[in-house]
Formats: sequence, structure tokens, C-alpha cells
Amino acid sequence: MISTGIQTAAYLFASILFILSLGGLSSQESAKRGVLYGIVGMAIAILSTVLGAGVNGHSYIIIALAIASVIGLIVARKVEMTSMPQLVAILHSFVGLAAVLVGFGSYLDAHTQTLIGSEHTIHLVEVFIGVFIGAITFTGSIIAWGKLDGKITSRALAYKGRHAVNITLVVVSIVLGVRFAMAPETSGLIDLLIMTAIASFIGIMLVMAIGGADMPVVVSMLNSYSGWAAAAAGFMLGNDLLIVTGALVGSSGAILSIIMCEAMNRSFISVIFGGFGNASTGEAKEIEGEVTSANHVEVAEMLKEAQTVIIVPGYGMAVAKAQYPVFELVQKLKADGKTVRFGIHPVAGRLPGHMNVLLAEANVPYDIVLEMDEINDDLPKTDIVLVIGANDIVNPAALEDEGSPIYGMPVIEVWNAKKVIVMKRSMAAGYAGIENPLFYKDNTDMLYGDAKMSVDELNKAL
Amino acid sequence: MKVGIPKELTQDEFRVAATPKTVTRLIKQGFNVLIEKDAGKRSNYSDKEYTEAGAEIVNSANELYGSVKIILKVQAVTNDEIEFINADTVILSYLWPAQNPELLKKLADKKINAIAMDAIPRISRAQKMDVLSSMANIAGYRAVIEGANHFGRFLNGQITAAGKVDPAKILVIGAGVAGLASIGAANSLGAIVRAFDTRKEVAEQINSMGAEFLTVEIEEDGATDSGYSKVMSQAFIDAEMLLFKEQAKEVDIIITTAQIPGREAPKLILDYHVEAMKPGSVIIDLAASSGGNCTKTKPNEIYTTDNGVTIVGKLNQLPNQASQLYGNNLCHLLDDMGKADNFKIDMNDDVVKRAMVTYNGAVNWPPEPLPVSPTKPKVEKEVVQFDKEAQAKQKAKKKARSSTIGLGVVGLLIFGLGQVAPSDFLGHFTVFVLAVFVGWQIIWNVSHALHTPLMAVTNAISGIIIVGGLLQMQSDISNPMTILAFVAVLVAGINIVGGFFVTHRMLKMFRK
Repeated sequence: MISTGIQTAAYLFASILFILSLGGLSSQESAKRGVLYGIVGMAIAILSTVLGAGVNGHSYIIIALAIASVIGLIVARKVEMTSMPQLVAILHSFVGLAAVLVGFGSYLDAHTQTLIGSEHTIHLVEVFIGVFIGAITFTGSIIAWGKLDGKITSRALAYKGRHAVNITLVVVSIVLGVRFAMAPETSGLIDLLIMTAIASFIGIMLVMAIGGADMPVVVSMLNSYSGWAAAAAGFMLGNDLLIVTGALVGSSGAILSIIMCEAMNRSFISVIFGGFGNASTGEAKEIEGEVTSANHVEVAEMLKEAQTVIIVPGYGMAVAKAQYPVFELVQKLKADGKTVRFGIHPVAGRLPGHMNVLLAEANVPYDIVLEMDEINDDLPKTDIVLVIGANDIVNPAALEDEGSPIYGMPVIEVWNAKKVIVMKRSMAAGYAGIENPLFYKDNTDMLYGDAKMSVDELNKAL
Repeated sequence: MKVGIPKELTQDEFRVAATPKTVTRLIKQGFNVLIEKDAGKRSNYSDKEYTEAGAEIVNSANELYGSVKIILKVQAVTNDEIEFINADTVILSYLWPAQNPELLKKLADKKINAIAMDAIPRISRAQKMDVLSSMANIAGYRAVIEGANHFGRFLNGQITAAGKVDPAKILVIGAGVAGLASIGAANSLGAIVRAFDTRKEVAEQINSMGAEFLTVEIEEDGATDSGYSKVMSQAFIDAEMLLFKEQAKEVDIIITTAQIPGREAPKLILDYHVEAMKPGSVIIDLAASSGGNCTKTKPNEIYTTDNGVTIVGKLNQLPNQASQLYGNNLCHLLDDMGKADNFKIDMNDDVVKRAMVTYNGAVNWPPEPLPVSPTKPKVEKEVVQFDKEAQAKQKAKKKARSSTIGLGVVGLLIFGLGQVAPSDFLGHFTVFVLAVFVGWQIIWNVSHALHTPLMAVTNAISGIIIVGGLLQMQSDISNPMTILAFVAVLVAGINIVGGFFVTHRMLKMFRK
């Protein structure tokens, strides 16, 4: 048993470690240390809680933690870097679920009934909000996982009047909340359950309505929600550590969402309520020109002659797991004295920073992996750009065609290079569901086929 | 339409403006080609080859000038030649318009439309007609060959049964077209190549050609919009001279290529540099014709100094090769001007209007400047910035107003909350708000590349909700609270372990 004072001090120390942990991610060098801080902080938090007063059932705790550790390790060890988005999404759902359970537990706790007056009311409101956010996070994350994993169609499911339905549901939840807060003892449980069902439904519909291209925003948004859910749990338990941590995670997710939205030139609200994935506003410009294609040998010849090469990877590279052959290609080109670099669009892939992780997995040194803004100026001086499984992020319509739904989104201006090779499975449109005039440009050649096979072929031809 | 190629009159000019190959191209473009007898002799092209390619041999220059509409030449026409040329004839040749104002006037008076091949603007589209580049390429290559010729050793390093041979060290000064060609040639012959240029932007090109980029420890970039470098500050020059001194002691061959159009070449290798060099070393001065980069260079002469350094001030032009490339440049220009059938002098064309130094009896020199460096013109940037600044100011004003209003509303809300909420809650609320601000500040610093690890780590950290489950755990398994708490601890636990482990896995992969 440790005293409350020591426990509070331990919580404070854990909070500091968490802040340092996130701060460590500002650079690759300090990131590893950051994770260590996080682990130590978490260990301190759990130990001081378990050793503190008022905790019973230690044997169950140990069993639960043992099972959790085994599952967690297995999942984390087995997961492929390409399916990182799915893992992140499913982990979010766990936080949501835990928040719901903790909320219910807190409501059923005998201690709750001893509260009186406004304290009681505030506590019930905290429980209610915590469960509400938790339930949305839970179901929303499961849907996001399903979409990312291809188990659910990634098209935006939008029906007429869904905003009205959502608003009605929220209003009903508020009414239930008022009833719940006034109900004596545990008689409000039924209201809490109904609200949980409603919130779960809202979570499902919210994510169902969002199209594949906006998935990075959704994942970071759910990341944010999971933080707020933890913070709400902190309020209901009167636990500052939970509040601090939840707030950190919540603002982190919110910032990521903002960064993603800026990268796509879309407002946060329109992503959440948009159903953008397959909508098309306005008349798209008629595309002029002809699509030309090249075979692997021709592309290999062009690469041999090029001096500077920039590779722009997209989700297609992740799907085909082409990062290893891509690195092999890079090594071959570099061995010939060519300058090879990567240009990464902030929303390439389905998760913020997705491409960086994949390239890192394949041992690509991070100093040749550049951001969109760093690479755009260099493109006119570049001999060849290889676009591997990317589409919307290299679409010139974003700059040229005011009628295009992605008009105004910053893109990697690959068409300024002397030659562009687009590796793609077919002529199908990207996630935004719009044509890409890039393919019709004179200096663009298509190289059809699975990204991994194509790159393998190139490696052979070189 | 008839095109004529006269014999070059200048004594040192071995090139000719068309080769049998380019004659074939000209004929394909629809021209009738007339060529003066023996025009290609000095660059090893025989009249027979020209006839076979489809050209008509003409006995004298006068005869040729009288009958053609377009004249292709290497060197500028002389005063005598001008007399024989008809009005409205188009001449393509070197002219050096900046140095030859009288010649321009004479050409204009005779209503001859002269295109100065050396005034072709150096933009991407005109690269195929850029004679300065194509000739510089040859000079760069030739400089290395010449250097190797006068240097008494191998260029590449070898380990043989007879002993070890060190590779030669070559210093190339100026990394323009000629410099880069030298680097390439020297590198492929196996020498250790170093290169110096005042323009920092060429470092990459130098490295790409296989040389080491030498630089001085002074932050100053010599790049200008014209593509040539500017005159550097005294401090920079001092540092540069010191660097050359160090290098002179060490390297075996120095190739200098620094030239500024219309001006005397900068003096880069001074007497004491030459003296510092080892006997047997070689200096190839590609700027010899415009005064030389080396103070000891004698134009059109190859000699050895007292301390045994050979200084090469003249270079074989490789007339056969040079004629071929020069001829190709001309063909490309004629191609651009509409070939034989649609031949037209389009003064709206960016290339033609700058190279056409005399047109319809008027001198058209100097042309409006055209930036050729790949960097955007700075003026434009400033204008945009100014616009942006104004916009940003307005935005900031708007922002300030709305944030004031926002703050007021938030303040009122907090006061309202303070009215009703118990102090306990307010304490937690304080912590919450401060934590949000801390998080906000920290996360903006996270690098873009680490966003996925960030998500994974925040995921793991949000597993802190496990504390809620822990606190609710009861020792009685039949209690529904225990079951709820058990599941909560379980899922949150997976989150913590899985999240941290996967983050660790990802970060391990990032390497420099």
C-alpha cells in the first residue's frame, strides 16, 4: 500500500513522462527515447494504481494484464507495416470500448450513490459524456478498420437526410442525458444503455459516410476521440493522470486531423459531413491528349539515361508491398551515380506518415525521403519521376481545373519533370473518383501492372 | 529554297557549317544545298561525300552567295564577304554581337538578316540549338585528352606486377558545360577529380558526374539569373585563392573553364599557384582565347614553365566532331523556323527574336534579358510575397478580432461554470485545459515522417484508461462491476502493450 500523496506524485511523474514521450517524436533520433519514456510512464502509472488504496481483485488484474500482454505482443509482432492503419484503427476501438465499460462501471459503483447535489449531477453528466464519446469511438473505429482492411466497401455511404437523422439522434441523446442525470440511484441505467446504442449507431454512420481518400483524416479524428474518451473517464473518476493523458492524445489527434485536412485543402467539417469519397462537384474539364504507355524495358532504358530520379509512392505501393523492390531499385540507380530521392505527399497512403514507415521498413535512409514542399521546387530539374501507385496526390487538376473536386489541394507537381512514369494497375480513377489529366500529358507514360511486379521487372531489366 | 555553305576563310578555323550527315538532314527539311568546293576539307569531309549526300558543289564563294537565300557559316562573315551577299539573305553563324557593333551595323545596312548562333538564349527549349553548349562539351572533353597527352603518367591508378601506380588528381575549375564534360571524361579515364565552382547549386551536378565538390567556408552563392556566376566578394576570392594554393600543391592537372561572355576571363590561377605545382603538372586553360584563367597562359601556345609545368593555351577543336554538332545545332534552328516550305522569321519567337541580331535593316542588339537559371526570377517572388504579406496582414487582423471574441465567450463560459461547479471539478478542469494546451504545443513539433509512430504511441498512451478499470476492480467475480472492469483492463492492456511494441518496431526501422 502506498499513500495517496505518493500516488499523486507518481501520477504527476507519469504525466511528465508522457509529455516527454510525445515531445521526443519531434525527430527520428529522439523518438526511440520518447517511446521508452512512454513505457516507463505507463509502468509507473499502473504500478502506483495497483499498489494504491481501494484496489481489490489483484489476481484478476494480473490475469487480465497477462492475457492482454500476450495478445498485444502477438498482434504487434505479426502486423505488417502495410496494414498499420488497420491496427491503429482497431486499437482505437479498444480505447473506446474501455471507456464505455469504465463509464458503466463508474455508474454502478456504490461510491456514486454517496454523492449528493450538484456533485452527483456533474458526475452523472461525466459518465454520460464519457460513454457517449467512448461508444462513438468504439463503433467508428471498427468500421474504419473494416474499410481499411477491405472488409467493408471504402465508398462513402451517404443517404439523403442523414444529417437530419444524426442531429435528431444527438438531440435524443441529450434528452436521455437529462433524464439520466435526474434519475435516482441506478434507475437511469436504461437511459444510459439506449444512449450507448444510439452513440454506437452514430459512430457507424459517421465513418460509413466517409470515403477512402479521407481515411487518414478519419483515423486521426478517431485517435483524437479516443483521447477525449480517456479524458472524460478521468473526470468521472476524478483522476488527473487520465485527464492529462487523454487531453494530450486528444489534441494530438486533432492536430493530425488538421494537418491532413490542410494537405487536402478541405475543411474538417466537410470531411466529417462530406461523404467526399465519390462525390464530384461541378463540371470537370475536358481532358486533352492521349494516354501513352511504355513497357518495362523501355522504362529501364529511360532510367539508365536519367541523372536525377524522384520516386513518388502512394497507397498502391503499400497494397502491393512493393517497398523492398523499390529500395532495391533505388540502390541500383544510386550505384550508377544517379541522384534518387523520394517525394512524399502528406496524405499519401491511408495513415499520416504511412509512406515514411513503409520506406523505413525497407531500409530507405530517411534523408533521401523528402516532403512535398521540399521536392516540388526540384521537379523541373528532374529527369524522371516514378509515380508508384499514387493518383490523386499527383493530379494536376488540383491546380489547373477549378471545376475539379480536389481543386486547390496541394499536390506533388510531377508533370514539371522531364519525364513521368506512372505505375498503375489500370486506368481506373483514384479514391477521389476523378480523372487524372496527368496520364494524358505528353511527358507521361503509363506502366501498367502490379507495383511490386513492375518494380521487380525494372530491377531485372537494369 | 537554297542553302549555301561557304568555305571558312579564317586561318585557324577548321570547322565547317555542314557535314554530309547534316546535308542529308537539310535536304530532308526540303532545302537545296549548295556547298563551296573543299569547304569540308579541313575537317576531313570530302566533296565526294557531300555530293553523295545530295549537295551541289559550287566553285567559288561569290557564285554561292549570289544564289542562296540562307547562308550557314561558322565564323562571322568578313567585310569583303558582305559585299557579295544579297539583301534579305539570312546568315547563321557566330557573330559575338557584343564585341562587333560595326559588323552588325554593316549587316543591317545591307539588309542582311543575321542570326548570331552564340546569342541563342540558354533556355530549355533552345538547348538543341545552343552552340556554346555543344562546343563547350567538346572543349571539356578535349581538355582532358590534351592534359593526359602532356602529363607523363597514367590517369588511372593501377596495381601491377611492376608496382603500384597512383591515380592522377585533376582539378576542374568552373562547372559549366565544359567543366562538367571535363569531369565526366577525366572520371571515366580513372583520375581522381575535384571541381570548384562559386555557384553552390552545381554541387549536385558535380557530384553526379563523379567529382568531389570543393568549396570555401564562406556562405556566398555566385549564382545569377543569367546562369553565369557573378563577381564574388574579396573575402571569398581570398579564401578561393588559398584553396587553389592547397590544391595546386597536390593535383597533377588543372583544367580551368571560367568564362564570362563579352568580358576578359577572370584570373584564377596566379603566378604563385603555378610555382606551387609539381614539375610535370599540366594546366589546360580553356579560357585562353579570352585572356586566360591563368596569368601565365599564352594564347595559342603550349609551353613549359621554368618549374616544369606545361601550360596549354590552345586546343584542337576536333573539327570533324565539332562540325557535326555545330551542323546539328543549325539544323535544329532551321527546323524550328519552319523548314524550307514554311520558312519564316518569327520575331515573336523567344529564341529567334533574341538571336536575330539584325533584321530588316535594323540592329536588334542587345535583346531583352532572359533569365535562364532554373531558379525562378526573384522579382516575381517578391511581388507574390508582397501580395501574400498584405493578405496575411488582413488575415491576422481578422484572426485577432475573432480570437478576441472567442476568448470573451470562453471566459464567460468558464465564469458560468465556476458559479455552479464544485471546486473539485474545477481543479480537474484546470488540469484538463492546461494539458490540452501542452499537447497542442508539443504535437506541432512532431515531424511529418513520424506521424504514424505518433498515432501508435498516442494509442498506447490512451490505454491509460486502464487505470479506470483497475480502480473499479472488485475481488468478487460475481459482481457485474468486476466483469466490466476485467474486460476494460484487458482491452486497454492490449492497447498499451501492442501500441508501444509496434511503435518500437517502427522506430527501429528509421535509419539515416
